[in-house]
Amino acid sequence: MCGIAGVVCFNGTGASAELLRRMVAQVRYRGPDESGVYVDGQTGLGHARLSIIDLCGGRQPMHNADRSLSVTFNGEIFNYLELRETLAAEGHHFATQSDTEVILHAYQQYGEDCTEHFNGQWAFAIWDKRHGRLFLSRDRLGIRPLHYTVAGGKFLFASEVKSLLVDTDVERQIDPIGLDQVFTFWSTLPPRTVFRGINELPPGHNMVVEGRELRTRRYWQLDYDDQRTSTTPQQCAEELLALLLDATRLRLRSDVPVGAYLSGGLDSTINAALVKQCTNAHLRTFSVTFEDAEFDESPYQKAAVDYLQTDHTSIQCNRQQIGRIFPEVIWHTEQPVLRTAPAPLYLLSKLVHQRGYKVVLTGEGADEMLGGYDVFKEAKVRRFWAAQPDSAFRAGLLRRLYPYLPNIQAQSLAYQKAFFHVRPEDLASPLFSHLPRWELTSRLKSFFSPELRAEIADRDVYADCRALLPEDFANWHPFCQAQYLETAMLMPGYILSSQGDRVAMAHSVEGRFPFLDHRLAEFAAGIPPRLKMKALKEKYILKLAAGHLIPAEVRQRTKQPYRAPDAASFFGGAADACCDYKGELLSPTRIREDGLFDPDAVEHLVRKAERGRAVGIKDNMALVGILSTQLVVDQFVRNFDTCSASAIDARSTILAQTPWEERDGWPADEPVSVDGS
Amino acid sequence: MNNIADHLRKFIKESFLFGRDDDFSDADSFLELGIIDSTGVLELVTFIEEQYQITVEDEELVPENLDSIDNLVQFIARKREPSTVQTW
Repeated sequence: MCGIAGVVCFNGTGASAELLRRMVAQVRYRGPDESGVYVDGQTGLGHARLSIIDLCGGRQPMHNADRSLSVTFNGEIFNYLELRETLAAEGHHFATQSDTEVILHAYQQYGEDCTEHFNGQWAFAIWDKRHGRLFLSRDRLGIRPLHYTVAGGKFLFASEVKSLLVDTDVERQIDPIGLDQVFTFWSTLPPRTVFRGINELPPGHNMVVEGRELRTRRYWQLDYDDQRTSTTPQQCAEELLALLLDATRLRLRSDVPVGAYLSGGLDSTINAALVKQCTNAHLRTFSVTFEDAEFDESPYQKAAVDYLQTDHTSIQCNRQQIGRIFPEVIWHTEQPVLRTAPAPLYLLSKLVHQRGYKVVLTGEGADEMLGGYDVFKEAKVRRFWAAQPDSAFRAGLLRRLYPYLPNIQAQSLAYQKAFFHVRPEDLASPLFSHLPRWELTSRLKSFFSPELRAEIADRDVYADCRALLPEDFANWHPFCQAQYLETAMLMPGYILSSQGDRVAMAHSVEGRFPFLDHRLAEFAAGIPPRLKMKALKEKYILKLAAGHLIPAEVRQRTKQPYRAPDAASFFGGAADACCDYKGELLSPTRIREDGLFDPDAVEHLVRKAERGRAVGIKDNMALVGILSTQLVVDQFVRNFDTCSASAIDARSTILAQTPWEERDGWPADEPVSVDGS
Repeated sequence: MNNIADHLRKFIKESFLFGRDDDFSDADSFLELGIIDSTGVLELVTFIEEQYQITVEDEELVPENLDSIDNLVQFIARKREPSTVQTW
């Protein structure tokens, strides 16, 4: 796991090693072990390394024998041993034991189709000197980030936006359309980001930069076919378990110890149990607990730890901590968030790092692949009710939704019917499942300033989403449509990013996700929806496949999605003292200067929060969304130079513990090779 | 009666519209205009219980009583007249 960066100059100048060094230095928390920069005329690659596989031989940027190919790579190719064998049989000679070298040989052998052979999570760029071509790729589901932009006659790419912003040719401006998307879908939709002119390479895509031309090509797409798996439930469960075990086995490949997150939920407990099935080594697990009982899952964590006999460490999180670290968290998410949920995970990765671990396996992806989310249940009930709107029984099922949200449970059925009301035209919408969530979120745009509202007034934000749907989408089962929307729209931009890669890599921790093995994703896309959610029982097939590996109290518990205190982390009690930054960022003067929100509306909201009255879902999302947007503006637009690497050093615990100057390759032993002119 | 309507309008404006002068009539539905979200009803009920010293029963938590200024004014009036309350 690492941070990557690079540049191709179109304007006749040579690539600057100094620029590459500064780009890489921005994300050295992604790779604190060593760094490297390589310049070949107009092209340059940079790399910050977190050593996990082939600790001695895996230095990057790496070249092939005749130095015609060079690669900078973030991630893991888990099936590299098998690929290496295949490639060796084809006559390839390997100089290292690393998966990085396998990428080079696979590209040599298969060209751009090499990615179809990879099982893993990656973002990489290969400089193909002979053809004068830069080849970039991002993994199928968007586990690892890859951003790019064109500015000042240069194509620039990097793991994170902050590396691009060090080049003064790159604009530092907020994209109104990006905000329109975040305040609808909870994240931007690829390739858009919240920064004007800065794109991300979408998951499952490759890109070629040749001359002044950029070509993007999709190499993988999830294809749902609910008729594909025609076996019995028992056979389907057996096949699923076999795939899960193999996915886990591959993800245990590492030259450093591997731990696991254990939240006490079904997915992470099954994940830990699968690890135990694959290895006899003692398993180290980590979790977050909450001071607030509403969010805390520690009794289930204890049950899982006792049952699986893991060596467990947890960190207790409270409101004040979330409020205090929130600016750092947003420095890493690089986009506004509507929930504080990334913050506790940021604290968790810090704990993992402090305990000397670099790699954790987690249960991420199970809800998307195997049908666990409440939004799937909600859509199923709404559609079932809409077929017979007068049925008291069908409407009564609404009461089964969101049992863990006291504010929803306190509603009368009449109001629940009003909120979940299905308009006749919605039934035919491809976005049916997500319309209530997206409509609720879109209401936050009433806090936008008149100028921002005017800029997006003529847009149909749902059209952005519809444009990304696969050709065959309309023919899929509604349950599969909902799964796809969750997997393609929310997962890469929020779950795997703001709650995933960004907050884990902030403390040099790599997440690995057996449920997101592409073979499993493809298999799951063919499982009939009735086996994913049987009546209203979520992840039925997963429980059938692996339920016997975990304790009954975890298997039978009511699903509780991972959440954290939102408004209460910033307002009221001890929280106020912990986030002194909010006063300035939310002040009418500052809001007016930044121009994105309506100062008067924000002031009313803040006053409501100060009185302890901001209790609704909308108020909470608005507060977190506005504050995080203001932090993005503050850190990336207004004060980027003071917020970037050198300033962050001062407050970063990880660097305090492991001064980067003392580590190999940083920066005294930084290999800079300059080929060509 | 107008006082109650004005008072309610002020509360809605402060708490749900955050001071904005959105144009809505006394007959407009809060749900249809998106003024009140799924948890906002509880805020509204807490407010009218405190302000008008009434108790809203579970079966009264329906849009017919709470979903517009007009509905609220009528509902509060009924609740404050003992003879009318008994018909519920």
